[in-house]
Amino acid sequence: MKEKPRVFPAPVRLEYRASAGRGLSRFLASLMEGRIVGQRCPLCAKVYVPSRGACPSCGVALGGDVAVSDTGTLVSFCIVNIPLADRSLPLPYVYGSVLLDGADIPFPHLLQGLPVEEVRMGLRVRAEWVPGGERTPSLESIRCFRPTGEPDAPFEDYQEHL
Amino acid sequence: MKKARAVAIVAFAQSPAVRREWARDDVELLLPVIQAALGQAGLRKEEVGFTASGSSDFVTGLPFSFVLALDAVGASPPIEETHVEMDGAWALYEAWVRLSLGDVDTALVYAFGRSSLGEPRDVLGMQLDPYYVAPLAPDAISLAALQARALLDSGRATERSLAEVTARSRRNAKANPNAQLSGDFLPEALLDAPYLVAPLRRHDCPPISDGAVAVVLAAGEKARAATARPAWIRGIDHRIESHGLGMRDLTRSPSTALAAANAGVSQGSVDVAEVHAPFSHQELILREALGLDGAVDLNPSGGALAANPLMSAGLIRIGEAARRVMDGTARRAVAHATSGPCLQQNLVCVLEATP
Ligand SMILES: [Zn+2]
Repeated sequence: MKEKPRVFPAPVRLEYRASAGRGLSRFLASLMEGRIVGQRCPLCAKVYVPSRGACPSCGVALGGDVAVSDTGTLVSFCIVNIPLADRSLPLPYVYGSVLLDGADIPFPHLLQGLPVEEVRMGLRVRAEWVPGGERTPSLESIRCFRPTGEPDAPFEDYQEHL
Repeated sequence: MKKARAVAIVAFAQSPAVRREWARDDVELLLPVIQAALGQAGLRKEEVGFTASGSSDFVTGLPFSFVLALDAVGASPPIEETHVEMDGAWALYEAWVRLSLGDVDTALVYAFGRSSLGEPRDVLGMQLDPYYVAPLAPDAISLAALQARALLDSGRATERSLAEVTARSRRNAKANPNAQLSGDFLPEALLDAPYLVAPLRRHDCPPISDGAVAVVLAAGEKARAATARPAWIRGIDHRIESHGLGMRDLTRSPSTALAAANAGVSQGSVDVAEVHAPFSHQELILREALGLDGAVDLNPSGGALAANPLMSAGLIRIGEAARRVMDGTARRAVAHATSGPCLQQNLVCVLEATP
C-alpha cells in the first residue's frame, strides 16, 4: 500500500540586535559626514579601511582614526553580468577593489562612468557621494566610484595591495 | 604506548560578565582578555603553538563570526587554529589532545558569547533534533523546567533546595568581580517570587550575559617556565547522552558520572569544584553525578547562575578551578562544563598542583 507523504511546515525565526563595535562605528559615522576614516595599526602601521577592532596580522587593538582620501586606485575588478536583485543597474556593470590614497586595504565598491571594456587596473577613481541629507551610516552613502581623469597609477604603487 | 606529556593550565583571564556588551564587538571584547592571558603566561603571540576557540554563530546571529574573531589573535601569517561550535571547554579538550601528542608545547584557548544579541532561550532551541522536538518549539527554559519537575517528582529535591543553590551562588559571587549577579538572599524570600516557567523561578535560571574568556595551556617544562604553580590536568573526559530527551532519565547525569570516572575525580579528595549548572536544579544533579560531598567548596565563583556568557561559561569553570590551584587555595580541583539541552553533554576535568 502506498501512503502519501505527510508534510508539515516548521518555520524558524530568530531575531537579533546587531552592534557594529567601536572601530566600525567610527567608520560608519564618518560616512555620514562625507568623509572616510581608517585606523592605523600601532605595530605594522597599516591603515585599515573600514576601521575594525584589531589588526588581523598583529593581533593588537588599532590606534586612533586616520583620515583617508576619497580618491584612490582601482587595483582589481570584475565585470558583472548578473542583475542585482532590484535590477537597478544596466548590465554589464563593474565591481572593483579601490585602494584609497592613505589606506593599505582595498575597499570594494561599484565603478561607473567608463565603458566596461576600458576599465583597467591602475585606473584613478574618486567617490561620488550621495547628498548630505540622504546619507546613512552605510556604504550606500557612496553612490559609486568614477574615473578622475588622472594618468593611471604605475603598477609598483599598488602591487602589494592586490 | 608512550606516556603522554603532562599538560597544565598556566593562565586564565575573563571579561566581567555584563547584561549587554553593546559598544564593543566580539574582537574588541576578546582582545584585552587574550592579551591578559598571554601576558600572565609570559608568551608572545608568535610563541603560541596552537589556538582553539569555542563560540556559536547562532548566539551572535552572524555567519562565520568565529572567523572574524580571529582578528583578536592575529592569525596572519597563518597560524594553527581550530574552532568548535560549542562551549570553549571543548576547545580546551582539543588543545589538550594536541599538546598531549607532543609536537606543540603551548596553546591558547578562548571563547566568547554576546548572548544579548539574540534571545538565548529561543536560540538554544535550535540545537534540538529537527524532526520530533524542534518543531514543537520548546525554549531552553521550558526544557530545563521539564527536567526540574522530574527531579522534584523524584523526591530528591524540593523547591527550597533549589532556592538554597541560588542563595549560595549569589553569596559566593560577592567575592567574584566578574560576576553579574551577587548578593545576600534568604531561600525563604526567593520562594516568594513568582514562577517563570514552573517549577523554575527567574532566580533558578541563568542571567543573560555577554563575556569572553581565555586560557593558556602548556606542556612539561614550558608549563613550569610559564608559572611557578601550574594547574596540571590530571584527567579530562567528555561524554554525550541521547539527543532524544524522552530516552533519558532527566533526573540523572550518567554522562557526567562516566566522564568523572574516566577523569579520576574519586582518586583523591576534592578541595574546590566549579560545576557548570545554568539552572539551580542542575547543580543538584551534577553534584550527585560527580560524587561530591558536603566538604567540597562548590562554585566559589558563583557559577553560571551568577554569570552565563553562552559558549564561555564552561571554559570559565575550568579557568576558575585552575586559578585556585595556581594561587594555592586548592591542591586538587574539579571543573565541569555542559552543553546541549538538559545536561546532554558533559565534560569533567581534574586539576592538581603536582603533575
Ligand atoms: Zn598590524
